[in-house]
Amino acid sequence: MINGQVHELEASATVADAVRVAGAAPDEPGVAAALGEEVLSRGAWAGTELSDGDRVEVVRAAAGG
Amino acid sequence: MSVDLDQRDPLVIAGEPLRSRLLLGSGGFSHLDRLEAAIAASGAEIVTVAVRRVESAPGGLYDAIRGAGARVLPNTAGCFTAHDACQLARMAREALETDWVKLEVIGDRRTLLPDGVELIRAAETLVGEGFVVLPYTTEDPVLGRRLEDVGCAAVMPLGSPIGSGLGILNPHAIELIREAVTVPLVLDAGIGTASDAALAMELGCDAVLAASAISRADDPALMASAIRDGIAGGRAAHRAGRIPRRRYAEASSPEMGIPEL
Repeated sequence: MINGQVHELEASATVADAVRVAGAAPDEPGVAAALGEEVLSRGAWAGTELSDGDRVEVVRAAAGG
Repeated sequence: MSVDLDQRDPLVIAGEPLRSRLLLGSGGFSHLDRLEAAIAASGAEIVTVAVRRVESAPGGLYDAIRGAGARVLPNTAGCFTAHDACQLARMAREALETDWVKLEVIGDRRTLLPDGVELIRAAETLVGEGFVVLPYTTEDPVLGRRLEDVGCAAVMPLGSPIGSGLGILNPHAIELIREAVTVPLVLDAGIGTASDAALAMELGCDAVLAASAISRADDPALMASAIRDGIAGGRAAHRAGRIPRRRYAEASSPEMGIPEL
């Protein structure tokens, strides 16, 4: 699940791939990703492989008070 | 003139001196260029943002705010539990490269009033993780003191519900919070116009956060500069010390020496 949507990714897909699927570039400033409860540093995205059933959240700044 | 005043009377939050006593919310602007114009007119150094899934958050906001010379203060708006607020704060820290967070834990959808119990819990956790926590709270002096006790860097009471524009409904409570806490006091919600911001400062607040009052005004940049001026006037009046209120008149012209007419 990436931002609440089910996606089929390759077996070796990483958090960086999930960030791309969500619609952000892995080098885009102002983006963060969490795998389950764990907020990952940007440097860890490419080296963190996903497993079946993982839940990824990808966020950025939005207008708000 | 106002620049000189600001330099002699800086606002310091978590050890950082700030030029401006106006914090600007980025919500409600119809276009990014209106936000940029409002940042310039307000002189704000800190602009708050929400954090949302990327598909609900068009890119460009972060760069626009930094490009306008301000820094981003992420909020945890939309969170109803301490758990969710802490998790969103952690994501915000990673995304926006700041330890500062405007902590919001909402307890009621209709009024968007804070949930004090969850707020204290979240504040304690985030302070423990090294965040500079700026909590949005009710105008409750006891809760304000508890937030300072757990290590919050400021206390940000509401004047009235978020986006209501009702101004400061309980000025007495704001004065009591001023007496209860030593950290900076930021009036955080309900500002409708410049006079509300001036009143906040006269009551002893150190700064004002305004979002809807500016972004939803017919002319956001003009309202931004009006609220900026209101803050400057209110702050100066607070420092100057107002006269006590009296029940009857006190003549300002001499009563002696009136000629026989």
